[in-house]
Amino acid sequence: MEIKKTTLNKLHQSNNAKFVEFAGYEMPIQYSKGIIEEHKFTRSHSGIFDVSHMGQLFIYGDESLTEELEKIFPLDLKNLKLNCSKYSFLMNEDAGIYDDLIITKIEEGYLIILNAACKDKDFEILSNLLGSKFKMNLDNNRSLIAIQGPKSVEILNSIINGVDQLNFMTGNWFDSGNQKSFVTRSGYTGEDGFEISISNDKAEKFVENLIEKGAQLIGLGARDTLRLEAGLCLYGHELDINKTPVEANLRWAISKSRLSNGGFIGSKKIMNQMQDGASQIRVGIKPEGRLIAREKTKIFDDTDTQIGEITSGTFGPSVNGPIAMGYVNKEFSKVDTKILLEVRGKKHPANVCALPFYKKNYVKGVN
Amino acid sequence: MSEVKFSKEHEWITLEGDVATIGITKHATEMLGDIVFAELPEKGSNVEKDGTAGVVESTKAASDVYTPVSGEVVDINQAIVDDPSKINEDPEGSAWFFKLKMKDQSEMDSLMNKEEYDKFAKESAS
Repeated sequence: MEIKKTTLNKLHQSNNAKFVEFAGYEMPIQYSKGIIEEHKFTRSHSGIFDVSHMGQLFIYGDESLTEELEKIFPLDLKNLKLNCSKYSFLMNEDAGIYDDLIITKIEEGYLIILNAACKDKDFEILSNLLGSKFKMNLDNNRSLIAIQGPKSVEILNSIINGVDQLNFMTGNWFDSGNQKSFVTRSGYTGEDGFEISISNDKAEKFVENLIEKGAQLIGLGARDTLRLEAGLCLYGHELDINKTPVEANLRWAISKSRLSNGGFIGSKKIMNQMQDGASQIRVGIKPEGRLIAREKTKIFDDTDTQIGEITSGTFGPSVNGPIAMGYVNKEFSKVDTKILLEVRGKKHPANVCALPFYKKNYVKGVN
Repeated sequence: MSEVKFSKEHEWITLEGDVATIGITKHATEMLGDIVFAELPEKGSNVEKDGTAGVVESTKAASDVYTPVSGEVVDINQAIVDDPSKINEDPEGSAWFFKLKMKDQSEMDSLMNKEEYDKFAKESAS
């Protein structure tokens, strides 16, 4: 299959991007300054991320759509206000996760942001579940640009006036030129920031404009270290079809009002696990010293029994040390539990720790 | 000091008497990106030509460090273990990895000179 490119591919090239293949797309892993510089720049200034490979699924419909979607997602969508977003999951009957996503109530229906590697399958699953009653559009004519970090609000507001009035996890349509862009105050770095859904023909100019105002392009490498420091899950690593939201320690994302009656796909398993607890659970892990424990590193207790596995591990530039997330048997999931990580045949000490590794800086209550 | 020689695994080596100093090339560090972890062989241990003699990790991945010649490890550069970012700063100078007392200096003969290595690195990168 031919590798796909986003609208911004040329711009990445002219900014000396190193490319990797990610979910069938040629994406920048880093630019000339490198992952650590890019990571730190995002935390201190403002980083631009091309996330156009992600799916932007518009589903059009009224209350009957809301009712149908409540049979799929563990969310109280009836009480979700216009332009408000929620983090959620598409699950199978066993509450295994097909994808994690952000769903936003818009006037015409819903906008769902899907992972690049999952979007086509998600579309198929949702089409089958919803039938032909509602118009669905996995929109390839729009790019998705994230701008993240403390200076982002000032920079973006100078281009799209009014975005500073958005609260975290809300959005709205804004005029930019003769086009409308949908802007949400959200992101996946732990910093304040925005995601802008913009038509492809405006995307390059828009990003050039952001760069002129002082923001810099950031690659997938730093996106990964940023999200890991923020304790956020990445599909295909922390989340997959064999993991449930309860096991992934994401019960906060399940609306309380939906737990009493269920009625969504996977609700039985979720309700059972909420009551009895899951046998394995996602935790934060800090190796002692400088050792990095990568994905698939086995986790042991002090009797040489394997008790879990690392799902993501790297060096956290802002934490200035190694960090990881993984699944452990629930009796080892308490903060400060001593565990051992097997790296290159030797066992190294580590501690279960609270997430996030780096304090989130979301902006709430602007208005 | 001898001419600098290079291996296909992107190590550089110089010889002074029978003691070889070994590190990784600038090209290697550019391929790896920001180095955040380094593990070196133990002083006094013996390493075999083309065998593993350490590990470097970048933010992206872990890579083995090989030794282009055999010998006894007589010194290691603790400074790069304490601050691995030094490897990106000066890979072919102060950020050497380890020193070996060589047994068989003819092992140097099969290694590349600078010109050969530059050509090799350029070809293997594309």
